[in-house]
Amino acid sequence: MPSLYNQIRVIVRYIAAATVLCAALSITGCSSLERAFGTSTVKAAVKAEHDRKPAPDFTLKDVHGKPVKLSDYRGKVVLLNFWATWCGPCKIEIPWFMDFEQTYKDKNFAVLGISLDEDGWESVKPYIEEKKINYRVMVGTEQVATLYGEVDSLPTTFMIDREGRVAAVHIGLVNKSEYNHDILELLEAPQPNRGGIVVEPVLLRTK
Amino acid sequence: MALLSSLCCFGQSSNVLTLAPPEKVTAKIGSALQVKLPLELRPGYHCNSNKPSDEYLIPLKLTWAPGPLESPEVIYPPPQMEKYSFSPTPLSVYSGNFELLTKFKVSAAAMPGQVIITGKLKYQACTDRMCLQPKTIDVSIPIDIIK
Repeated sequence: MPSLYNQIRVIVRYIAAATVLCAALSITGCSSLERAFGTSTVKAAVKAEHDRKPAPDFTLKDVHGKPVKLSDYRGKVVLLNFWATWCGPCKIEIPWFMDFEQTYKDKNFAVLGISLDEDGWESVKPYIEEKKINYRVMVGTEQVATLYGEVDSLPTTFMIDREGRVAAVHIGLVNKSEYNHDILELLEAPQPNRGGIVVEPVLLRTK
Repeated sequence: MALLSSLCCFGQSSNVLTLAPPEKVTAKIGSALQVKLPLELRPGYHCNSNKPSDEYLIPLKLTWAPGPLESPEVIYPPPQMEKYSFSPTPLSVYSGNFELLTKFKVSAAAMPGQVIITGKLKYQACTDRMCLQPKTIDVSIPIDIIK
């Protein structure tokens, strides 16, 4: 049973998200992404399991030319970030994601970056090398962006649970602590129930 | 030299950069003319100037297709240097209302009548928390060429 504190915290997060949603909708209207994944928030809390939709699968090549298939990450929590080298707010988040990759990579977590730069690797490869990005980055295609609701605004980040479902969507620059909260919440959730066995998660939070 | 204002309208509601419908423009054969494009960015948004502060940033760029008017020279307004939370240094941007000016020459060999000049305006807009994908807008302006 979740504690009263946790229940209140979840409610407060939903109210905050709804407030931001109202403000955002009054300015921008409803995007394809919002329609596709049932979220219309600039920032959204982790959704209840029954509200999560499957993350569309894709295969893209990383900077080394190796294929990256999202469904190969089933069983891991994935932070899937759409970004571009021309996107200033995206560049704030990248060092955070590098921290997350470093901190949680051995705890069934991975960051995947999809660049939407028009000139592809020409801009992306030097940037990856300059910033020493430690997670896998791919160059996106229009097809993949469409699968994820067109992704018109950057950064857009999908938190994907171990079952390969979209658990949260963050559009625009969000606090590092908010991502960290999402990651921990998803990592601490019981492992997928296969054959009636619930595997308890490894304790992640430091006391 | 005639100073002419020309306005366009863009169909996509997602565009945060807007113009008004085109006005009729008249120019004499053999003369020079200036075509003014007044632009308006949605409040809270900015776009990079034609000379952004960072090599990775996408500049505002107006290009004209070859057509009946010669030697187009686009004049961009002075940029604003604005500081945003996501950048350690001020950025060279445009926001609110601003105008692009293009100087043309009407050839002495031009024929009287209506012509349409077409161009493309590429921009990339952001707020202080997110950026929109680069967009290219078609610009189309009718010009009446007279003797």
